[in-house]
Amino acid sequence: MTMAIEVGIPTILRTYTGGEKAVEGSGQTLADLFVDLDSRYTGLRDRLVGTDGTLNRFVNVYLNDEDVRFLGGPETPLADGDVVTILPAVAGG
Amino acid sequence: MLRISRDLHDQIVEHARRDHPDEACGVLAGPAGSDRPARFVPMMNAERSPTFYRFDSMEQLRVWRGMDERDEEPVVIYHSHTATEARPSRTDISLASEPTAHYVLVSTRAPDETEFRSFRIIDGEVTEEPVEIVG
Repeated sequence: MTMAIEVGIPTILRTYTGGEKAVEGSGQTLADLFVDLDSRYTGLRDRLVGTDGTLNRFVNVYLNDEDVRFLGGPETPLADGDVVTILPAVAGG
Repeated sequence: MLRISRDLHDQIVEHARRDHPDEACGVLAGPAGSDRPARFVPMMNAERSPTFYRFDSMEQLRVWRGMDERDEEPVVIYHSHTATEARPSRTDISLASEPTAHYVLVSTRAPDETEFRSFRIIDGEVTEEPVEIVG
């Protein structure tokens, strides 16, 4: 059975999703989900995680409205019906 | 060009003065596609720093949700510089993530005068724009 995870895409990353605000993906963990998304939306994964697999510092990823940094990061397990939201951090100097 | 009401302009300046010497930050929300800032949303600076700012991630999610529900967008993203001029730093440019937003920079380095300038930041390209204060 494939799990359906809804993923909210911010404006700046919609170039990867053909303008879609929300897409569906699947995966046992957040890291798996990013690989699955990248298979259809090439390049998206690189905007979310580094080559070592850690979450990029200036991207916020939320699982059901919790910041995944306070959950398990990329290894956070996912369940059918989960909602993942991606927002670029608003930051600067 | 950024067209902004006197009231919203003054609220940004007051926020920047209040948080000085730390950087202040926030958003002016407005109807999507209108290019018209309408609602003042001051944000916490999670860094509480005189040289850096970052929206608190949970507050940002709530505010972004709120804008979605009202069919709004962040028309203005503002923050202050407290010891340097009101123009985007290298960090500001590399992290700018809202191509449709006006990036407002306020400087509180002088005690009696607050610089207030607006920029577009798209793909690392910075363009200053005039600010017209109305009403």
